[in-house]
Amino acid sequence: MSRRVVVTGMGVVAPNGVGLPAFLAAIQAGVSGIRFVPQYQELNFSCQVAGTPEFNWEGLTNYISEVSFHGLKATNIGYGIAAALDAWADAGYEYNTDTPRWDTGCVFGNSIADTEAMKNVITKVDNKEAKKLGSRVVEQAMNSGVTSYISGRLGLGNKVVTNSVACATGTQAILMGYEYIKHGYATRMLVGSTEHVDTYVYGAFDSMRVLSRKFNDAPEKASRPMSLTAGGFVPGSGAGALVLEDMEYALARGAHIYAEVRGGATNSGGQRGGGSMTAPNPEGVIRCVQDALRISGIDASQIDLVSGHLTATMADKQEIQNWATALGRRGSSFPMINSLKSMIGHCLSAAGSIETVASILQIQHGFVHPNINLEDPNPEIEEIINMDCLPTKLVKKEINIVAKANFGFGDVNSCLLFSKI
Amino acid sequence: MTRAEILEELKTILKPYTVDKELLAGINDNTDLIKDLKINSANLVDVIIDAEAKYNVEIDYDSAEEMTNVGSCIDIIMKKLNTSE
Repeated sequence: MSRRVVVTGMGVVAPNGVGLPAFLAAIQAGVSGIRFVPQYQELNFSCQVAGTPEFNWEGLTNYISEVSFHGLKATNIGYGIAAALDAWADAGYEYNTDTPRWDTGCVFGNSIADTEAMKNVITKVDNKEAKKLGSRVVEQAMNSGVTSYISGRLGLGNKVVTNSVACATGTQAILMGYEYIKHGYATRMLVGSTEHVDTYVYGAFDSMRVLSRKFNDAPEKASRPMSLTAGGFVPGSGAGALVLEDMEYALARGAHIYAEVRGGATNSGGQRGGGSMTAPNPEGVIRCVQDALRISGIDASQIDLVSGHLTATMADKQEIQNWATALGRRGSSFPMINSLKSMIGHCLSAAGSIETVASILQIQHGFVHPNINLEDPNPEIEEIINMDCLPTKLVKKEINIVAKANFGFGDVNSCLLFSKI
Repeated sequence: MTRAEILEELKTILKPYTVDKELLAGINDNTDLIKDLKINSANLVDVIIDAEAKYNVEIDYDSAEEMTNVGSCIDIIMKKLNTSE
């Protein structure tokens, strides 16, 4: 049994826009969501900027009961709930149900529990006050917290899975949901991912010296993928979510269809052949993209837009080289390519889902969002692809097929292909 | 502190864990926390922790297990208050 899978709903909590209309306007206008964080200066971090959504925490009572809201401390879970429930409503569905929705599952990813929220737990336990922790800690400390809140609120009764593959988490979650529907295990899957880069996770990345540290006084300039002055990534937080449906089911109910998920692949470079804990094996990346194309039945020449991983580190150039090799396209025959991270930073586990929402908006509205902060493109990248492929301003253009990929620590890769229906 | 005073304060303690907050107006000694107020059984722990903080008492496991309705909650709180004084 093989079914076609379509996207019928989307939700997003991004540093440069919360909710689809705000996010669409921001990515069209090239609005940066990167801000200076005074606390990071006080903590002596080298990088002192971040992408944090302007999120109304109290507004979560529009999604979950006051009883559930009371005691909710984990920021990553809050973002995930908002994005997922917005996507569900966007697909035209009600939240409430008396019986489980047996035909609908959830694959939602994240990195770790909110360490800032967990600090209170550590302090109480160390003070011999574990008795005061209460009933709400475990559900937020567990990695499956976010999927539990989402699936519980909506009564999702099919496969409920929490995935985690670092920066490839979001794209992999969407791929898994797609595969469950494609193979007939579920009719609908609510998929996506969430990330809250708390102070402690941020500090650990800062210590690795992989963050942008030279633009603390010009935060909107700090995330500079593919530029000569790119000096590391800017951590971002947020969540993205999609409702995937069996196409026949979606058509039968007259749903609005954003795009079709044509297929995808996820693999690992095995931390061999130049791959390591922190760097991808180029062969793994190339195989992942080519497998995704084969599974999708799409020829590389058909791709209109690549939504890259492109974090603004030394790895950008190698990524462009990998895409060029995988697609067999170079110079002026390379497709358009952009990095949403230039506007929102690197949202780690949430990157893939937020960037997928952006990819699908570009298909829906026929545009390529700008790469901001690319006044000084890296000449080594110019040797591989023509600069016309790297728009620095909004380009209005019909987009039929988008390739979206992310690559994560652990040498894990995920690639998805979307098309107009 | 009288039973009536504790009953009023108990309404505030129970409020965050009660889905239908209007039910709290009419509670009496016989109101069952789980059956009548529909409080999630896992949240009874939170009710006890909040009561401990409110009255600055310690409610041991055995006493906590008896706190199933409003009347028994008041009994235990009064007993703990008297012991601590």
